[in-house]
Amino acid sequence: MIGLDSNILPVAFGTAILGAVSGGVGCYAVVRRQSLQGDAISHAALPGIALAYMLGLRSEIFLLFAAGLSGGLSLVWVQAVVRRRGATFDAALASAIVVFFGLGVVLMSRLQRTEGGAAAARLPQFLFGQEAAVLTFADLVPMLILGGLALGVVVLFWKEFLLLSFDADFAMTLHLPVRGISVLMTIVTVLAVVVGLQTVGVVLMSSLLVAPAIAARQWSSRFGHLMLYAMAFGSAAAYAGTLAAHHLGERGSAVPTGPTIVLCVTAVALLSIAFAPHRGLVPGYLRRRKAGAA
Amino acid sequence: MTIGEVELHAMLLTASVAAACAVPGVFLVLRRLAMVSDAMGHVLLFGIVVAYGVVGSLDSLWLKVGAVLSALLTVILVEQLQRTRLLREDAALGLVFPALFSAGVLISSLYFRNTHLDVDQVLLGHVEFAARWDALPMLGLLALNLLLVVGFYRTLKLTTFDPTLATMLGFAPVAVHYCLMAMASVTVVAAFDAVGPILVGAFVVLPAITARLFVDRLGPMIALAVGFAIFGAALGVRLAFSFATNTAGMAAATCGLVYLIAFLLSPKRGLIAVWLRRRRLRQAWLQALDAHG
Repeated sequence: MIGLDSNILPVAFGTAILGAVSGGVGCYAVVRRQSLQGDAISHAALPGIALAYMLGLRSEIFLLFAAGLSGGLSLVWVQAVVRRRGATFDAALASAIVVFFGLGVVLMSRLQRTEGGAAAARLPQFLFGQEAAVLTFADLVPMLILGGLALGVVVLFWKEFLLLSFDADFAMTLHLPVRGISVLMTIVTVLAVVVGLQTVGVVLMSSLLVAPAIAARQWSSRFGHLMLYAMAFGSAAAYAGTLAAHHLGERGSAVPTGPTIVLCVTAVALLSIAFAPHRGLVPGYLRRRKAGAA
Repeated sequence: MTIGEVELHAMLLTASVAAACAVPGVFLVLRRLAMVSDAMGHVLLFGIVVAYGVVGSLDSLWLKVGAVLSALLTVILVEQLQRTRLLREDAALGLVFPALFSAGVLISSLYFRNTHLDVDQVLLGHVEFAARWDALPMLGLLALNLLLVVGFYRTLKLTTFDPTLATMLGFAPVAVHYCLMAMASVTVVAAFDAVGPILVGAFVVLPAITARLFVDRLGPMIALAVGFAIFGAALGVRLAFSFATNTAGMAAATCGLVYLIAFLLSPKRGLIAVWLRRRRLRQAWLQALDAHG
């Protein structure tokens, strides 16, 4: 490690843990074909954050709580829209994103007009994540606690979540409280989105849920392994992305951590699609060529 | 209550943007491609930044060309990833557009810090500064979109609702798909100056799903969607000016409100209508049971 000062390493370590949380929880969304759910939750966090700000609830934990609440509310919107049968799931998601994000922009712009400087400086960081130089490890502590909570619930309800993700009908015949478990899974997803908001930002957060799971899927077909791989990929990408943003920042350009983390995690996913031993495109091509030659 | 000249121009511009977006929006929603419009909005920044890097000027048509190309690039990348069968459509979309968006943000914050390529403004639009004739190109685009849809109405209808039959009859669903995507991306790019790329999606998706609550036929759905788009956008601008807030955000939120009202009150699919119908049915049943002892 060349030219790294000492306070970036704890921050990178913190974002790595958060990357592990969202990477792990994102596996459920991907296997349930709801990869874009996180996109709705994260965009919808914006009005919650702005509203909490307006009401004067400015400590970290209130902001996160409000973000989670409005993110969860967007999923209620999605459910309601889909049930009316006027729209399919994707249209419902897209509508939730624009309505909540629009509302968030409205509130943010009000805030910037009434409050000026402080809020104007604070709120955009939720769009793309903070600049690496500004972030400290202490900023990340509330999110680490929430992330630990999310992983705890996953471990505790491991069997139930697994059953519901792969065979909801069977879960129903076992008289499991399917609705309750489904709500709990949603809460865990919302938690995983919320914990990444400050490092990655609302616009890019969905990627941190989806890309590690896509990468992991190329390496294993067992769900337990899938989740471990995804956690590893998520944390490695978050670590590398934070260091990259910091490094670029030292060279004089203020780079938020979000884009670098997302680019790292996307690179991992694309490399996995290309080179993973069993499913990868390149090994598959080589195998076919060998079979053709034989 | 008087409407100032600035507000009138903003209203004209936003309403024509919304109407122009609503036309391809109907087809995107019916073809389950609604999230593609969201993705397109996100990747425009990438195209603009790259085009700016190549051309070096902000007032250039090339920026728009770059934006359109980046939207089409997204569509192609998603389809290619899907064709590997290693990941599903939703995952492919969720992988591609945040990556391109990140690349856009990164490049602009690395190289173009001191130019006027302001990310906030690019993201949120600036319809407030609409000048007198700004709405004209959007009205032209609306006319073009309507003309294309009317001209290729039967082709579009068939490929949307029954692609297999369309193939058998010698239509080319894939070609139609790409034409539609081109139309959508040109519209989104033309619109984003005014309302910002993320909120463009509001005018693509919301009018279409609002119209869908009222009608089951394609023609009326398009007409209604355009109507709802104009109404929602105009009302949004009015509200934004009364509350002194961001116009694009308010227009998007208002379109959402219009949907919500339709959701409650639509005579066929509305929440209240369905509830009343169910209650009437239940009572009729109970009466029938009583009558037959």
